[in-house]
Parts: sequence; structure tokens; C-alpha cells
Amino acid sequence: MSPYEAILLTIITASTPLLLAAIGELVVERSGVLNLGIEGMMVMGAVCGFAAAHVTGSAWLGVIAATFAGIATSLLFGLLTQTLMTNQVATGLAITLLGLGLSGLIGSGFVGLPGVKLANVSIPWLSDLPYVGRLIFGQDPLVYVSIALTAGVAYTLNHTRMGLIIRAVGQNHASAHNLGYRVVAVRYACIAFGGATSGLAGAYLSLVYTPQWIENMTAGRGWIALALVVFSTWIPGRLAAGAYLFGGVWILGLYAQGMGVGIPSQLLSSLPYVATILALVIISTNRRLSLINTPASLGQGFVPDR
Amino acid sequence: MNKLRKHLELNVQLILEKRPQSSGLMNLFSPLLAIVLTVVVGGLIFAAMGKPPLTALYLYFIDPLTSWWSVEEVLVKAGPLVLIGVGLAVCFKANVWNIGAEGQLTVGALMGAIIPILWGEWQSPLALLAMLCLGALGGALFALIPAWLKTHFGVNEILTSLMLVYIAQLLLDWFVRGPWKDPNGYNFPKSVSFEGWHLLPMWGDGRMHFGLIVSLVAALVLFWIMRHTLKGFEINVVGSAPRAGTFAGFSQTKMVWFCFALSGGLAGLAGLIEVAGPIGQLQPQISPNYGFTAIIVAFLGRLNPLGVIFAGILLAISYIGGEGIQIELGISSKITQMFQGMLLFFILMCDTLILYQLKWISTKPNQPTSGHAS
Amino acid sequence: MLNKSNNNAPMTLLQVTNISKKFGDFYANDNLNLSIETGKVHALLGENGAGKSTLVKMMYGALQPTSGSIFWQGQETLIASPAHARELGIGMVFQHFSLFEALTVAENISLALPVQLRQGDLSQRIADLSLDYGLPLNPAALVADLSVGERQRIEIVRCLLQQPKLLIMDEPTAVLTPQEAQALFSTLRRLVEEGCAVLYISHRLEEVKQICHDATILRHGKLVAEVDPKVETAATLAQLMVGSSVHQVSRDANGEIGEVLLSLSHLYQTSSAPFGVDLVDVNLQVKSGEILAIAGVAGNGQGELFSVISGEERNPQQHFISLLGQVSDGLNINQRRLLGAAFVPEERMGHGAVEHLSLTNNILLSRHACNDEGSSLDRGWFGIDRRQLAQLNKAISINYDVRKSREDDVAGSLSGGNLQKFVVGRELNRKPKVLVINQPTWGVDAGAAALIRQAVIDLSRQGSAILIISQDLDEIFELADTIAVISRGQLSPSYAASELSREKIGLMMAGSHEQTAQAFGA
Repeated sequence: MSPYEAILLTIITASTPLLLAAIGELVVERSGVLNLGIEGMMVMGAVCGFAAAHVTGSAWLGVIAATFAGIATSLLFGLLTQTLMTNQVATGLAITLLGLGLSGLIGSGFVGLPGVKLANVSIPWLSDLPYVGRLIFGQDPLVYVSIALTAGVAYTLNHTRMGLIIRAVGQNHASAHNLGYRVVAVRYACIAFGGATSGLAGAYLSLVYTPQWIENMTAGRGWIALALVVFSTWIPGRLAAGAYLFGGVWILGLYAQGMGVGIPSQLLSSLPYVATILALVIISTNRRLSLINTPASLGQGFVPDR
Repeated sequence: MNKLRKHLELNVQLILEKRPQSSGLMNLFSPLLAIVLTVVVGGLIFAAMGKPPLTALYLYFIDPLTSWWSVEEVLVKAGPLVLIGVGLAVCFKANVWNIGAEGQLTVGALMGAIIPILWGEWQSPLALLAMLCLGALGGALFALIPAWLKTHFGVNEILTSLMLVYIAQLLLDWFVRGPWKDPNGYNFPKSVSFEGWHLLPMWGDGRMHFGLIVSLVAALVLFWIMRHTLKGFEINVVGSAPRAGTFAGFSQTKMVWFCFALSGGLAGLAGLIEVAGPIGQLQPQISPNYGFTAIIVAFLGRLNPLGVIFAGILLAISYIGGEGIQIELGISSKITQMFQGMLLFFILMCDTLILYQLKWISTKPNQPTSGHAS
Repeated sequence: MLNKSNNNAPMTLLQVTNISKKFGDFYANDNLNLSIETGKVHALLGENGAGKSTLVKMMYGALQPTSGSIFWQGQETLIASPAHARELGIGMVFQHFSLFEALTVAENISLALPVQLRQGDLSQRIADLSLDYGLPLNPAALVADLSVGERQRIEIVRCLLQQPKLLIMDEPTAVLTPQEAQALFSTLRRLVEEGCAVLYISHRLEEVKQICHDATILRHGKLVAEVDPKVETAATLAQLMVGSSVHQVSRDANGEIGEVLLSLSHLYQTSSAPFGVDLVDVNLQVKSGEILAIAGVAGNGQGELFSVISGEERNPQQHFISLLGQVSDGLNINQRRLLGAAFVPEERMGHGAVEHLSLTNNILLSRHACNDEGSSLDRGWFGIDRRQLAQLNKAISINYDVRKSREDDVAGSLSGGNLQKFVVGRELNRKPKVLVINQPTWGVDAGAAALIRQAVIDLSRQGSAILIISQDLDEIFELADTIAVISRGQLSPSYAASELSREKIGLMMAGSHEQTAQAFGA
């Protein structure tokens, strides 16, 4: 394997958890809900995924457990914001704090234990192709899941009835209600989907990226995923591009550190965060770009008249 | 199929009905209820972990208050929480979301440490005053970055202020491992120890310090401002009805700057007080997440500076209690963070009780009385 | 039900018996009875707050009655949801449209259709049907780019695609020019000829007399009369609606017209809102003693114009606006108030007043920097002068008849009419030299409207310059000395009120004065 291939491979590995978490949040926000709790759902997915895989020995069971952990955490968020009408920003923060604490508690017994790595797909012959073989046909399965999910979300939002309803609910929940759509139910479903992908993203960290459990191992990736959604102007294709770009920045920093470039390691480690801020500034200066897709009722709770 | 659907529709449903006026009693009751719920669920979690729930709860919430030593410890922890919490309470009231107090705290500590580290020989009360001012200034300036990005480019302040936390922590890490490392410190990542007038006046067992008075004064002053002055009125209006705020001639932009400067300044001051007080030097870790815990303090205190004092003390207990049960029962200190998250969770939930009342209604339209319904 | 009834013979389509709807302790509808027949336009009349919207929402399944029943084609029916209502054949055009700005016309319509009607080429069917009924629509257009009249067409077309038996229209002409209203009436006439029934909600009596066959009149949630609108006069209908004879606004001969107190010259302003309207070359002058009214269909730049004149939106580099002879573009709203100007925005809740604040705090909202009657209300660190505020509150309540249950109630507990009297009174009590008021009586009861209009006239007779922005032509003719019309951000020249007819204003509302429409259309 050439060094370039290796770099590209690691970029994909670094980008996939961002893409997974962000594609779910994109759907959540399209339905008009702002869930700032990605970090919390992700870290819950990571710890539950690791624990299940460690106990059963099956990485796939870990993936499933992580997905359900993400869903369960997101439904807590749904219960508060959709049924009890709490402030979405504050509730998202609560989910993050709760997730980080609870995951630490659950994971305290798993620190330092060996993990189970999700095996890479290996298609005979195809994955042996020179240059592109490993890159396209020999990734771990969740990479394909993330790409399929992105394509699926893009298709669903733009070409299906379900997508139209999600967009309508996010645009104007009062009108959607008047037409007889169940705003809260649609939003619950979207929130649960966001929880599932965040859980998957967490599983990716603890079962593929670094197959072990480390406290706070999400390291702000949930927040970067949130920024990616804004950056993408709520368009899935752009989101995927953004995720790979960010993965690239992340890996660049790591490689530079590894090669002992004469730059303080702290500066390189801060690259993803600086890049996030820069990306947000760039996208915000061009408001027209995001106007049409911005869900008009983003972050507002919906209480129907009775 | 249709019949089944009809049958389901005959069910009752729990709904929220807006109260005609926010209920005064609930304003006090809701945080209490949140605490009770946290304690109950906490007990269940202890039980699930196979620990004696009552003992654990006692160790967690009561034991820290049974000795003067630990009460002092609680107050020392409450100091920064209250100082940061009152600033955030004003922010959140104005609907400005500064989530990056942890970073502002870090930069405040770094700025204030310039004097003991670079001008170590300057020993005078003025040096301490200058440190306090630099700490506040550092936090405020660092907080103005997200304020500027928001007002100038329209960038969401939640994400930027949070990203800056990571950057600030890496900055501190670089300083204590690089240029500001104590040359005689056996290569540990620490700065020189502060001495003399570079440390806050202490009393009690030597842990109670001047910073506690700063916190108390800040809370009282902000209480007065919020309650009685036009500035407080402005904060309230801009936060709850932005268009009416514009109509009143209150500038949203200036409000964002004001809130970030204030809360950042207080967070920076808290950071300086930590390093010039209990810690006494710079090191890679200077705060056990005070900046994030203060978010909970602000909400638990109902965004009211007086309430924040009590909330700060409660959250400080959770830190000390967490350490206590870690030693006594061998439970991970992560339990503290979980309790804190849970508390915020329940406060938000109970806040619903202030605005709404829960009601069971029948979703079934009234049963026709005449009896010939289809 | 089994035999298809002859379309021409009227039969009872929908009947409501003894229906009531309670919100908390308040009866929005109290024991109402109503029956609607095929082939007729049935008017539902009443003042704002009489309970019309509540009643139709129950017919459309958006609300459930507290007691009473609804019979559909003779069968007692629980209309469980709007979808169920549409299945039955009930269509509704809402007053506040239920449209999605960032979706296309076709997507908007598709969202409201049941699955069997979405098959095939929906866009083609929309284009065909809309043309057939004289309501032309481009299915691919984005709703955000359409005028209010066109948006209403979407709502109507999406009802018609379902071939409704009953079409409910809630105040449909409130947002139309007189010409657009006439076009709508011909569509309605054709619909009833085809056997459809129409329930027509309005408080505009002339148009009810023009197109309706029956009329039911509500007052305070109760049914007060069922009449034949063709034989009643507008005055008798009004009396039934209001319950007493309506107080007529009195206007002496025109007051003395003096110097120019407010002028805009060549004002351009790009809107900062996502789907806002840009103001293009706006010129106007209001003199002392003059009331200038700006007519226009909602969403043509009225809000943008108001915020530019009030200073909520500023453009300090320019010299467009002059207040009392002083260039004011760089001044903020409080500096403009200090010059002697006062402003009343369109939205009373959330803009002119804050729901959860007390009335005295709401006075503070617009008075904290400019209390012309006494000393400053803001005493810095010593807090706010609450005693003066209480006195102001008392004065405003007495002078403008603000009714409330407690002296210093929260704004949210006042009725719409009383809150509007408070918001207007708060400004008028200052005796401003220039008053700018957007939709002075939108959605308030007749009594409050008369009081507000009278107070505005009285102020102008004392030598103030008054600019009114309104959609209500009746109000404009009642108040204005001069009239201008705004359309797509452009303002027509001002004409003396006596020179203009409704028809002429209608043409101007539709944009006949926009010579440069092509250049700025996009």
C-alpha cells in the first residue's frame, strides 16, 4: 500500500463518524428540531457499543447496541422538547452533559480492556485491485453504511413523499398541522433517526477507529458534526464533501505531528476546531446560499391549539 | 382496521395547557422538585450498581456538610461556579448562548498569570489587582471572538464559543509545557508557583479565599441590576421578545457584545482566582469543568443571580460528594457529571410545570347523546 | 344518500346542532345551530372574536366541539381531523394561509391531497384546473416569490382539486385588491352553479350582500340572527353584528394644513429579511394637520417602510428621511422619539407590547428614553421611577378606555381591542408631532376601532402629522386626507382622498403606478 493510499484510507476513517452523526442531525434539523445533544448520544453509542461487543465478542452486536443506545438517548431529548416543550438548546446541552457522565460511569469498568474490531469487508479479487482496491472495496462496513445513508437521505428528502412531509414540518409546523400532519410524531421519528446515526457514529469510534473505550472519546466530534450541518446548508451531498474535508484536516494534523514538523503539537491538534470556526464564517458570509433550505421553524417547539 | 383506529382514538391523552400566568409558587417548587427527582433516580442508579442507595445518597449529599473542613471545601468549589453562573444567567436571559465559559476561564487564568510568571519580582497589592483585572480582561476579550463572529458574520455563537474551549485548553497546554514551564520543575508541565502578593488573601484552614467575596458581590450587584435597573429590563425584553426590544430601541448587537463581555469577564476572573487561589500555579488542568457546570448552575438558579448562589452551593456539594463516594464506595467519580446532567435534565422538565399545567383530556370528540352515531 | 341528488335542487349538506366550544372557562361558541345548503353561498358574519373561526375549525375537524353534533348529508358525523373533513368533501381556505414558502406550488398542493389524487401528472392538472377557473398558477414557482393574491389561488386550487362539496372561506378578500375580489366572486358563482356549497366568512357587509344567499350572524359566541342578506342593508347587518348602533367617527372640516413634518425622498432600502420586499424610490410628505394613508395589499413593503421610518432599520449613510425638518437617517428610534415622533407597529403582541410584562413595564418599553411629560423614568443605578409609570398607566387607561381586570395587569391578559387601545394610547398620550401607525385597527372590535380612529383624527386636528399604513379601504376613506398606494415596495404619488375611488385604488394596488416594474421586478 502506497503512503497516499494509507493517508486516504485514514481520512475516510476519520470522516465517517462525522458523516454518520451529521447526516442524522441534518434530517432532525430539516424537520425543524435543533438537537445539540449529538456529543452525548455519540458517546453513549460508543460506550454501549464497546461494552456489548466486549461482553458478547461480536462487533456486530456492538453496532446494534450502539444504535439503540443512541435512539434511547435521543428519545429522552424528544420527550423533553417535543412533549414537555422545553428549550431545545438547553435540553441538547443537558443530553450532552448527561451522556458524557453516564458513559463515563458505564465505561469505568471497561477502561483499558481490549476491544473487538469490526472486520473490514474484503471482496475477493475486487479489493485486490491496484490503487483503488482497498480504497473502494476493502473498507469497514460502516463506511458503506454512511455513504448509503447519505444517498438515502438525499433521495428521501428530495424525491419522496416522506421527505416532502419532513421538509414541510420543518418549514412551517402550524401549516403542516392545519393540513392534518402529525408534527410531533414526524419530529419524534426524525429525532430517533438522528439518535440512531449518532449511536452508529459512536460505535465507529469504539469499534473501528480505536477499538477500545476511552472516556470522552468523542472529543468534540459531535459539535463538529453540528457545525457540518450548518456548513452543508442542509444539503446531504455538500455534507458528505464537508465531512471528508474535515476528516482531511484532522488527519493532516495527526500526520504532521507524527512526522515531527517543527510546529507545536497543540497547534496541530487545534486545527479541526479552528477549521470549524472558519468554515462557519465562510458559509455565513454567503447567506443567500442557505436561505431556501434553512428550516424556518428550526428550534421552535410546537403546541397546537385546542 | 377502521374500527381499531376509532377505538384508539377514544383514548385519553396527556396534554399541556398554557397557564394564564406563570405560577409564583411553581417558580420555587420546580427546582426543588428537580432536586428530589435527581435524588430518587440517583438512589435507583446506586441500587442498580449494587451499592447501598441510602448510604450512597448520604455520602453524596449530606456528608459534605457535616464537617467544617468539607463545608469550606464546598464553598471553595461554589465560588467559581457562582461567579461564572451569574454571568451565564444574564446571557441566557438575554437569549445569548455563551457555552464557552470553560475556555474564557482558561484564557483569563493565562492572562492573569502573566504577572507572576513574567514579572515575578513585582510584589505589591497592585500586582494582585492587576492580575484580577487582566484575568477579567482576558476572559472578556476571548469571549468577544464569538460575539464578533455572531454580530459581524451571523455565525452561531453556540458552536464558535464551544470550539474556542478546545482551542483555549490546547493553548494553556502549550504554555505550561513550553515557554512557561517552570525551569526548576523537574520537567513537570507546570509553571512556577505563585508567591506573596501573587496569591489571593486566604483564611480559615487556609483554603477560604478572597475570591468567594468577589463571587458574592458579583451575584448581589447583578441581582440589583436585573431586578431594578433599566439594563435589567433591557436584558429581559431583548431575550424574551426581540422585536419589542428593537421597538424599545435596544440594540441586539450591543446586547450580544455586552453579554459576552460580562460573562466572559466573570469567567476569566474565576479562572484567575482559581490559579491565584486554590491552585497557586498554572498547570494543564485548572478546572473540573466549572465552565460547563455553571450552565447547570444558571438554570437551576432560575437565571436569577440570588438563585444562582444556592444552585452554586448545591453543585459544589455534588463535586465534593462525588469525591466522597469514590473513596468510600469505590464508585467512579464520573457519577458527579452524571448527577449534574441529570439535574439539568430534571430542571428543564420541571420548568414545563411553570409555563404549563398537565392535563388529561379525552381525545374522543364528545359522545353523541342521541345514540344513533355511525 | 343512495340516489345522486339533482344538483339544482338545494338540499341540506351540513347541519350543526347545539354546538358549543369551551376554552378554559370561556365559551367561544355557545349552543350554535346552522345549516348549509348545496348551491348557495352562506355568509357567517360577526365581529373579531365573535367565534366564527372557532366554529369553522370544528366543521373542518381542526377543533373538536365540547358538546353538540355535526350532521353531514343527514348523517351524524364526528369530523376527527382535517384529513377526515377533506375525505368527506369539505375544503377550507384559511385566512392565514397554510402554505410553505420554500416549497413549490405543486409541492404545496400535493401535501394537502389524499394519495389517490396525487397520481399522474399533478402539475399538469394544477395548470389546467387553475386556468379553467380563472386562477392561473405556475406549478413550479416557489411560493415565496408569489403575491398574496396568488398564494390564495393556491389554497383555492388545492381545495378544488378534491372536488369539494363544501368550500369554507375565511375572510378571503381581506388580502385582495377590489379587482381580485371581483374575480374571486365569479369563481365562487361558478362553483355554486355546479352544485357546491360555500361558507363565506367576512365582516365586509357590501360583499356579503353582493354574493351571499343566506347569512348567520354571531356575537360573543352566540347566534343572534339568521337573515337574507339581499333584503338587509349594510347598516342593519352592522347593527346585528355589533349589538348596538356603531359609533360614527366624526370629522369636522379639514384642519389647518401647515408645514411638512415628515418627508421621505428617493428612499431605497434593501430588505434584510429572508423573503422581504425592497423599497424602491419612495417619496412622501406629511404636513402638520394632515393624515396620509398608505393603502396596499399585505406584504408589499409596508412593514419594511414602517421600520425604516421608525428607525428600527437604519441606513446612517443616507439622507432620505427628514423628521420635523431634521435629517434623521442616522438617528435610532429613541432619538426620533425625542424629536417628537411616535410609532405604533402592526403586531401589537411581541412587537408593540410584550405578552408577559405588566402594563407599566410595557409603557417603559417605548418611554424609557423620552418621557416628555415628566422627569426621566430611568434613574440609572437607582432603578426605574415606578410611581411615574403607575400614573402614566392610569392616565392612559382613563383617556383611552383600556379595560382590564387589574390595574397593572400583564399585557397578555388584555383582549385584542383593549391592548390596541393601550398601545395606541401609550403613544398618543405623548401628543407626538409626528405619528406613524401601521394597521391601526387590524382585528379589533368595532367599538375599539371607532375610539382609536377618533383619537387619531383629534390628534391631527391639533396640528400633528399622521401617517397611516392600512389594508382596510373603509378605514382609509374614514380617516385620510390624502392617500398613496404601495405595491411591491414602490409608492404611488399622493392624491387627495376626494379624488380617488375604490376602483382606482384597486388598480394602483395591483401595480398600475409601477412604471419601472420591469426594471425592479426581480
